[in-house]
Amino acid sequence: MMADSVTFIFLNAAIVNNFVLAMFLGICPFLGVSAKRDTALSMGLAVIFVMLVSSICAYGINWILKYLHIEYLRLICYIAVIASAVQLVEMTMKKFSPTLFRALGIFLPLITTNCAILGVALFQTSREYNFVQSLAFSLGAGVGFTIALLLMAGLRQQLELAKVPNVSQGAALTLMLAGLLSLTFMGFAGLGAQHG
Amino acid sequence: MASLPNQQETITLDTFLRGLWQENPVFVMLLGMCPVLAVTNSAINALAMGLASTFVLVASNSLVSLMRHFIPKQVRIATYIIIIATFVTMVDYAIQAISLELYNALGAFIQLIVVNCMILGRAEAYASKQRLGATIINGLGIGAGFTFALLCLGIVREILGAGSLFGFDLFGDQFQPWVVMILPPGGFFVLGAWLLLFNWLRTRREAKLLETEGAPHDG
Amino acid sequence: MNTTSANNPPLPPTPAFNMLRTLGLVATLSGLLVVLSYQVTLPMIERNKQQAIEKALYKVVPGAVQRKDFVAIEERIELLDTQPEGTLLYAGYDQTGQLKGIALETAAAGYQDVIRLLYGYDPYCQCIRGIQVLKMAETPGIGDKIIKDARFQQNFEALEARMHPSGKGLQQAIVPVKQGNKTEAWQIDAISGATISSNAVARMLNETSQHMVPIIMKNLPIMEQF
Repeated sequence: MMADSVTFIFLNAAIVNNFVLAMFLGICPFLGVSAKRDTALSMGLAVIFVMLVSSICAYGINWILKYLHIEYLRLICYIAVIASAVQLVEMTMKKFSPTLFRALGIFLPLITTNCAILGVALFQTSREYNFVQSLAFSLGAGVGFTIALLLMAGLRQQLELAKVPNVSQGAALTLMLAGLLSLTFMGFAGLGAQHG
Repeated sequence: MASLPNQQETITLDTFLRGLWQENPVFVMLLGMCPVLAVTNSAINALAMGLASTFVLVASNSLVSLMRHFIPKQVRIATYIIIIATFVTMVDYAIQAISLELYNALGAFIQLIVVNCMILGRAEAYASKQRLGATIINGLGIGAGFTFALLCLGIVREILGAGSLFGFDLFGDQFQPWVVMILPPGGFFVLGAWLLLFNWLRTRREAKLLETEGAPHDG
Repeated sequence: MNTTSANNPPLPPTPAFNMLRTLGLVATLSGLLVVLSYQVTLPMIERNKQQAIEKALYKVVPGAVQRKDFVAIEERIELLDTQPEGTLLYAGYDQTGQLKGIALETAAAGYQDVIRLLYGYDPYCQCIRGIQVLKMAETPGIGDKIIKDARFQQNFEALEARMHPSGKGLQQAIVPVKQGNKTEAWQIDAISGATISSNAVARMLNETSQHMVPIIMKNLPIMEQF
C-alpha cells in the first residue's frame, strides 16, 4: 500500500519529521544530556545502536503476536523485551568491548525509558513497515536524534559564555533554543514535496 | 525535595497539594516532557492526556503500594514496568471505546505513557514506601499537577494558534491564527515561557523572604 | 527525586523463588486485566469503527442511506464474508435500494504521517463524488485545508475517473494542477501553500482508481442488487 522508498523513510525520520524537534520524542535526554558536545555524541551513538536493536526485536515480536492473534499484549511485550534487550547489550558490551562500554555504558540504562525507543517500535508497527523499511526508519530516527542533540549541545556551549538574565537560566532557555531549532527544521518540509 | 523517603507519611492536605504546586511534575521537576509538548496543541487533547496519565499513575502506584512488601528489590523495576504497561493498555482500549476521534488525535502518545518518567519515578520514590491511602492521595495530587500543566500549555496554544478554546471559536472570522503556536516550535516556546514565569515568581518570592528575614532562607 | 537505595544497609540476598513468584504473579495479574479490558471494549470499539465508516460513507456517496459491504479479490467482487482477504468496498444505496455509489479506502504518505481517505465513486457518471478523511496528522491550519477548504472540496463534486476503453486503468490519470489552473474534469485544483497534502490526495486517488475502477465497472451487476 505504501510504496515509500527506503531513502525517503530514512530522510523523513531523520530530518523532515525529526524525532526530537517535530515529534517530541526523547525530550528528557535531549534536555538532560545536551550540555556538552562529546557526551551528546556518545549519547547519540548509544541511542542509534539501541534503536536498531529494539527495532529488530519489535519487528520479531510483532510477527509472533500477529501469528498468535494476541496483539493486545503488544505494548507489554515491547517494553519488556526492549528493556531486557538493552540489559543484554550492556552486559555483552561490558564483556567484549570495554572501550565501547566506557564510552556508551552509562547512557544505556538511561535509554531504556527513553520514549524515542518505544516510539520507533510503535510507529513502525502502526505504519506497517516491512523489515527493511523498519531498519531505515529506526536508523533515521537515531541519526535525527543525534543531529538534534549535537546542534543543541553546540548552541549551549556557546551560551555558557554569554550573559543571560538569571530567571531564564536552565530549562527555560534550553526550551526556547529548542523552539528555534524546531522552527528551522520546519524548513525541511520541502524534501517531502520533491518526493510527492 | 520533601519526599519523606523513609517514614510513613500521615495524610494531610499537603500530601495532595504538594504535587499540584511545590512538586509540580512538569514545571518544577521537568518530568514527562514528551506528552507535555506533543499533545497540547488543543485544550481537549491536553485534558484527555492529563486524565489518562492520572489514571495510570494512581492505579499503578496503588498496586505498587499494595504489593510493596512482596516485591524483591532486584526485580522491582521490571515489576513496576509491567504494572504500568498493563494500565496503559487498558486506558488505550478505553479511549478507543469512548471516542475514535480522540484516539486518533492522541495517536501513539497514549501508549507512550508507559515511558513517562513521572510514573515510574513516583512508583520508585513514593509508592514503594508508603501506605495505600497516602499513595492514592499523593498520586491524585501529582496527576492533577500534571493535568494542570498540560492545560496551561493546551489553552495558551489553542487560543493563540487556532483562536478557539475547547473547540469553540473565540474571536470570530477576522482573527488570523498564529499557526506556529500549534506546530511543534510553539510547544517549545510556550513551555519555555511558562517556565520563565515560574522562575520569575520563585526568584521574587525568595527575594522577598530575604528582605523580611534579613538572612538567606534555607529552602 | 532522591531514592534512598544508597544509604540503606545492604539487603540480605533475596531467594530466586521470591523473585519468580512476584514476577509470575504480576504477569498473571496484568494478563488478566489486559484480556478483560480487551474483551469488554472490543464490541464498543468495533461499533465506533463501523459508525465512523458509515458516517463517512453517507458523506462521500450523496443520497445513500443504507450500506452493504463487498470485498474485491483480484478481479472478482464478492459479498463480504467474515474473513476479508482483499480490498474492502462499501456500497451505498438509497431508500429504494438503488445503488448510489461505492466507497473505497485509500492512503498515501502526507506531510506528517499517512493520510487515510474514504472516497465515493459513482459508477454511472464514472466520477469521484466526495472524499472524507479517516485519519491524518497534517499540520493544523496548513495541511488540514484538504478538509476545511471549500474550494478544494469542490474538486470532488464530479472528478472524472473514467475506465480506459481497453478495460485497463483510467482513460485519464487524476493529476494535481496549480491553484486556479484546473481546465479538465480529471484535474485536481491544488491548494497553494498545502502542496504536499494536495499532491498526496491526488496521488492516492489516482493509484487506487487506476487499479479499482476497471474491477468495479466489470463487476457492477453484483453490487447493483440490494
